[in-house]
Amino acid sequence: MAEKKRLKDLTVWQKAYIPEIAKGLALTLKTMFKPKFTMEYPEVKFLPPSSYRGRPVLVEEAGGEERCVACGLCARVCPALAIEVQAAETEREKERYPERFEINMLRCIFCGFCEEVCPEEAIVMSKDYEMVFNNREDAIYGKDKLLVSVSQLQDRINFLRSHK
Amino acid sequence: MPKFTLDGNEIEFKPGETIIEAAKKVGVDIPHFCWHPSLSVSGNCRVCLVEIEKMPKLAIACSTTASEGMVVHSQSEKTLSARNAVMEFLLINHPLDCPICDEAGECKLQDYAYQHSKGESRFTEEKVHKDKRVPLGPNVMFDGERCISCSRCIRFADEITKTGELTFVQRGDRVTIVTFPGKEFDNAYSLNVTDICPVGALTNRDFRFKARVWDMSATKTICSGCARGCNIEVWVRNNEILRLTPSQNDAVNSFWMCDYGRLETFKQVHSNERINGVYMKREGQDVKVSWDEAYANAASELKHLNKDQIAVIASASSTCEDNFMLAKFAKSVLSTKHVDYIPHVVPGSGDDLLIREDKSPNAFGTELAGVHPAAGGLNRDAILDGVKKGTIKALIVVDEDLAAMSPEMETALAKLDVLIAVSTHHNRTTALANIIFPSATYAEKNGTWVNFQGRIQRIRPAVTTLEADRTLDNLAQSRLDKFGTEYDRWGRSVKLDARPVWKIFAGLSTAFGNKMKYTTAEDVLIDMGKSIDAFKKLDYEKIGEQGVQLELSAKVKA
Ligand code: SF4
Ligand code: SF4
Ligand code: SF4
Ligand code: SF4
Repeated sequence: MAEKKRLKDLTVWQKAYIPEIAKGLALTLKTMFKPKFTMEYPEVKFLPPSSYRGRPVLVEEAGGEERCVACGLCARVCPALAIEVQAAETEREKERYPERFEINMLRCIFCGFCEEVCPEEAIVMSKDYEMVFNNREDAIYGKDKLLVSVSQLQDRINFLRSHK
Repeated sequence: MPKFTLDGNEIEFKPGETIIEAAKKVGVDIPHFCWHPSLSVSGNCRVCLVEIEKMPKLAIACSTTASEGMVVHSQSEKTLSARNAVMEFLLINHPLDCPICDEAGECKLQDYAYQHSKGESRFTEEKVHKDKRVPLGPNVMFDGERCISCSRCIRFADEITKTGELTFVQRGDRVTIVTFPGKEFDNAYSLNVTDICPVGALTNRDFRFKARVWDMSATKTICSGCARGCNIEVWVRNNEILRLTPSQNDAVNSFWMCDYGRLETFKQVHSNERINGVYMKREGQDVKVSWDEAYANAASELKHLNKDQIAVIASASSTCEDNFMLAKFAKSVLSTKHVDYIPHVVPGSGDDLLIREDKSPNAFGTELAGVHPAAGGLNRDAILDGVKKGTIKALIVVDEDLAAMSPEMETALAKLDVLIAVSTHHNRTTALANIIFPSATYAEKNGTWVNFQGRIQRIRPAVTTLEADRTLDNLAQSRLDKFGTEYDRWGRSVKLDARPVWKIFAGLSTAFGNKMKYTTAEDVLIDMGKSIDAFKKLDYEKIGEQGVQLELSAKVKA
């Protein structure tokens, strides 16, 4: 059997070890005097740009009504099966509304498909990335947690419209 | 048979057949809205226009009779552009809000819009507005804007139910459907229009907005409402039945089912009164016990008694398999002669279309399966009399609320030594029972029913019980069933601990030391075929989707 050749044999210089250490330390020293990159989260919060896909939320109109018509398209398109919508009939003009709307945040993969498919611009990706829960049940967000007023979401809605 | 050419293929037709009918027979679906195989030809939607060589203009395939040597193009450039134009016309005033419409997912207009139109609207003017959410009757809701004026609903009311409640009013783009003044669209079959309406203009008020069609699974089975045995589909989401729709069987129900069958027969499957688990009476209280304990207990109680003091009442809603096992258990294990069932015939309740006076789905099959008193045994009336007189000391009753018959009966039942109730629901009889075995409903088991014509048809499980599994037991699955887990709210369905009647009797039989070697309902049917002529050489594959007419000897027919 032919003798195996190492891909890269170390040079004498590298074998000497000390110079390489010195090089590494020099890099550290140089970086110490550069401006800081790290954000001191959670004392300092990251403010995402409007293109950011945080947790999906439901748009609440000024009158306190949800825009959603419970068509179920977001639930259908969601690749993670995170959304459950139960429609019901209403006297309002839109005829149907979500009696129950739940997103399982443990299933959601923040892909934004729900936002893309929604015919009513009723579900959008917010800037919220802080989701805390310590059991599976709490990870299922209902309408109470999902509804966010339209004024807070204007940034994202403008972004979406500019990319239509 | 004469032939004509359709898209380059020669196809045969019967003289008098229209192009659309002949094409349908060979599996070519020419787009259509207003044409329906069992309604008269109206020819108003124009979407079935086809090009016929040597004809000056395009012709509608639904009313043009095929003739020898005709050359028809259903996919030519001219046909397709006409189809596009018709679709564009239909969509001019049709609202483009499928997300709100309940028909989405099973709408012909939606499908054809994908297949045959440009995908964009040139109509910038205001659409015509009409009345929305108009209740036409107690069960049917009408949305004027979605109606494409195909007149199927009108023809249904005129030709099928012959009640003629519906008509068009106004002309042109203002045309709409109304009921005649002072009339309601309220007949025994009204909901069938929601199936034949090609769009979401007519909807079922009971089901509206309950679920999207793509979230449900559909299982072909038989309606339990009467002896007609209409073929139906059961639509289930999250292990709950949400609606029933008819499915075509020309020998039984054509395309239809009655409103009673559609609305009233499935809700009981999910009623709060369903029995979950086996119960035994201990010190006046119903206590939950294991199946084996209950079987053993039932056997030891019944063994003490003289076999002439035991009677068994079967149910004409059970399957043939259930009743065969019941009869076998009664006659060969208990050795009692007193076996019968109670018919539920409501004189005068039937009609000429579908509804039968006999409200049990399987009275015929129950008799064929051997549920009748043995020679010298007591029949139903004599059994009930015996209970009242005290000569019958033990009674096994399947899905029959005997105590509700009369207060006298209720006191008599309370005095029995042993009352074993096999029941789907809690009722006054189960309240008196020493042992309650929970039985599965028609929507939870496999089996066969024989309708009044002597046609054997299959029922299939659509809802799972504790002992069944959607995947392993081959039940229809929706997308949600496939991927749901116990951590999803929609994955947490209610599953009851109930078993088909035949399994319960097999279990009892085993407790008596007579093991019965059946693992599925089909095994029971095949075994029945060996001893009962009517069921000879039948299996589930042979019965298939449309059922089989049983060959009955003259004696049985009489
Ligand atoms: S972001 Fe993606 S994964 Fe999350 S709910 Fe929407 S569609 Fe589902
Ligand atoms: S797609 Fe939009 S309108 Fe439809 S159910 Fe989802 S959020 Fe509601
Ligand atoms: S309501 Fe439906 S079935 Fe009746 S005419 Fe309109 S589209 Fe046709
Ligand atoms: S006619 Fe009888 S079998 Fe048919 S749907 Fe009505 S109740 Fe059911």
